[in-house]
Amino acid sequence: MAGLWRRPDRPLARYRGLFVLALVAAILPWFLPNNFFLNIAILTGLNAIVCVGLNLLIGYAGQISLGHAGFFGLGAYVSAVLTVDFGWEPALAMLAGAVVVGLLAFLVARPILRLSGHYLAMATLGLGVIISIVLVHETKLTGGPDGMNVPPLRLFGRDISSERDWYWLVAAVLIVAAWLALNLIDSPLGRALRGLHGSEVAAETVAIDTARYKTRVFVISALFASIAGSLFAHYSGFLTPSEASFQRSIEFVTMVVLGGMASTYGAVVGAAIITVLPQLLTVFHDYEQVVLGLILMLTMVFMPKGLVPNLAVYLKRRLS
Amino acid sequence: MSLLEVSGLSHDFGGVSAINQLSFAVEEGEVFSVIGPNGAGKTTLFNLITGIYKPASGRILFAGGEVGGLPPFALARLGISRTFQNLQIFFNMTAAENVMVGLHRHLDTRLLPTLFRFPSIARGDREAYQEARRLLDFVGLLDFEDAAADELPYGALKRLELARALATRPRLLLLDEPAAGLNATETHEIDTLIAKVAKSGVTVLLVEHDMKLVMGVSDRVLVLDYGRKLAEGSAVDVRADPEVIAAYLGHAGSTLAQPPSVSRKEPGAPPIDVSGEA
Amino acid sequence: MAEFVQFVFSGITVGAIYALVGLGFSIIYNASQVINFAQGEFVMIGGLTTAMLAQGGVPVPIAAAIAIAAAVVAGVALEKLAVEQARDAPVVTLIIITIGASIFLRGLAQIVFDRNYHALAGFSGEAPIHLAGATIVPQTLWVLGTTAALVLALAWFFGRTLLGKAILATSYNPLAAQLAGIGTRSLLLLSFGLSAALGAIGGILIAPISLTSYDVGVLLGLKGFSAAVLGGLGSSLGAVAGGLLLGLIEALGAGYISSSYKDAIAFVIILLVLFFMPRGLLGRRGTERV
Repeated sequence: MAGLWRRPDRPLARYRGLFVLALVAAILPWFLPNNFFLNIAILTGLNAIVCVGLNLLIGYAGQISLGHAGFFGLGAYVSAVLTVDFGWEPALAMLAGAVVVGLLAFLVARPILRLSGHYLAMATLGLGVIISIVLVHETKLTGGPDGMNVPPLRLFGRDISSERDWYWLVAAVLIVAAWLALNLIDSPLGRALRGLHGSEVAAETVAIDTARYKTRVFVISALFASIAGSLFAHYSGFLTPSEASFQRSIEFVTMVVLGGMASTYGAVVGAAIITVLPQLLTVFHDYEQVVLGLILMLTMVFMPKGLVPNLAVYLKRRLS
Repeated sequence: MSLLEVSGLSHDFGGVSAINQLSFAVEEGEVFSVIGPNGAGKTTLFNLITGIYKPASGRILFAGGEVGGLPPFALARLGISRTFQNLQIFFNMTAAENVMVGLHRHLDTRLLPTLFRFPSIARGDREAYQEARRLLDFVGLLDFEDAAADELPYGALKRLELARALATRPRLLLLDEPAAGLNATETHEIDTLIAKVAKSGVTVLLVEHDMKLVMGVSDRVLVLDYGRKLAEGSAVDVRADPEVIAAYLGHAGSTLAQPPSVSRKEPGAPPIDVSGEA
Repeated sequence: MAEFVQFVFSGITVGAIYALVGLGFSIIYNASQVINFAQGEFVMIGGLTTAMLAQGGVPVPIAAAIAIAAAVVAGVALEKLAVEQARDAPVVTLIIITIGASIFLRGLAQIVFDRNYHALAGFSGEAPIHLAGATIVPQTLWVLGTTAALVLALAWFFGRTLLGKAILATSYNPLAAQLAGIGTRSLLLLSFGLSAALGAIGGILIAPISLTSYDVGVLLGLKGFSAAVLGGLGSSLGAVAGGLLLGLIEALGAGYISSSYKDAIAFVIILLVLFFMPRGLLGRRGTERV
């Protein structure tokens, strides 16, 4: 799979998709009749931020993480605890959350990323579950399973509390996240990551320090999740440890896998589908798990590269 | 000072000796071949020089510096590059991208400039692309620059791997059975290519079975047998050496390797054989 | 001292279930190099189906048989419809497929049954037995006894029967096995079916002690995996040892240190084993053939 290869002598083509994304984000609110739909859009955006980062790890570098919700939840709770119990400024708390998560990811990355395949999957799963269990049991800090309240986000002296405000904030952060991801991918560093995925042995022989790069990508994807988590904490106003659960981690992986591995826009599309689907299926709420499970299995069997790359190939064939 | 100097090198696998007190030197600018029957230790030697194994004893010196046991990416940074017998192409990329990855060592890979796309990164990318095109042209694959690697035929992939290895701008290029799986025409093409590479100033060390290729392209040849040096010298001298003929070439002047007889004991495949299998 | 014995009993009881789940992982991993994330769901199917059928008036032995059959069907279907379709896919793909299967089975259980907890009566009643200073329920003896019997039966099967040896041969070298005329396809189905049965039996055994519901499979599956990794992935004996050890550590840890972090123990063990001795206690030693 060669992906969306573009010759580097045509620079702005890279950002073509980003313009489309920005455009969609700009005009979407006009089509959303009320706050309920805005809420779904915001949640989609937050999930998309996580997925764009996770996609760097899974799709491009070819690693796997079944514990990313742990980073999401940890970022959320650090933000919450610092603002509630210690009176920190939300923006600073978010930064602190990112630092904590980044540090944790860095420390566990080296030993974990030495493993491969199933072992890596289980190690990341273990890490995520441990984080979630800690969040459940440190009730003095986190309120345990009953959850905790989170004050609204204050930026530039102003409370961000309306759905509209949140929409624009999340959209902006998502665009920035996608921009960073695209820059990373379409660069010597990004190609090194993809080479690592293609053949770790060969990557080493062209002077790529695979261990260091895997660590970097892992930490970056953890940071994306942490920021999204912090934003979610303030947006939702209420946090429970289920945000760090194994189920949540699987949801994120599903989004990346469904939308398309090795495709930033695919990650966004996947996030949209999986976030919106349960809302559409509220009538069939009981069937949610069955459908999710089926989606995972069918996608992996018939469309292992995910929707967007398959669509891209299909369109390329049609138009040539 | 020789570019590559191997002295007293020994390596074994669980008590079975694969390389035994081997010493030889490769001079800068020459094409040096290592030949020998199956099980003679060619692959082991290759893996020792390219950092896959750490030598049990002995030294490997590159440009005077000790390199035995260094990991592959460190060796690449020093200017040692290699190809693989079983291709290790990046099948998830195009031909041009494969070569561009090879340029990694010479490009800006700092994280923050990458994330924010400083102008130096964009410029570096453009230059890398141009260099990749030049290298693809050098190996005769320019027409395939946009092709996905998994669509290319075997012969083209061998040349692509060569281009990628050259992209690192090595001083020493190690080729692991470059003619494996190629027909006569393709082998001749590789032959010409290797000569071209040597002419451009890169020292080449190759491990090969194909006698015609070896005799045609090499300046000097090392013959291994049971992990020991059987002969070392110019291609002409080695070919006429009676011991070499007896052990490997069969009757005088023959270019066919004699199939190993029943009495020849193979040390067995080494436990870790990363001669190309991922 | 009595307290200690109590913990030991509860530890090896739940450990026996972990052992069965871990064995299931091990058998499937040996046969196909796949980690079956749906293993825990077989346990759930066993326990929940039996409990629901028993509640509906079906005699327990028949309910149990039906439950085991249901699990086997699920296991075979998983292999045939999902795993086999993705035979040459990268590891990530296979992992996600089995995860999808586990979510699917959980969702199915929700629909077919419900989301409540259900109880199953102990096989020999509930009258407590006093043993070595500890108090246990008769079901504990059922769990330990049945598990021991199953482990011995499997040891005999793999070590002494042609079929069992064929499965082992396939796991060591599938190509050679095929060339030797062994039908690897059907052996794969057999492995999945066997693992499913083991899981289901474990679920039925433990249901009277700890309640069963549609989502018991998640944690049990993960802990069973921890047991398999601790013992050494691919070693059946290791899975059993790992399971018992894990159960013991959990019980003792919960009893003497902190009960709220009991569930975390299994995952800390996974991380520690993977960091420091990925081959586990009894895993296949020697260098990896690349």
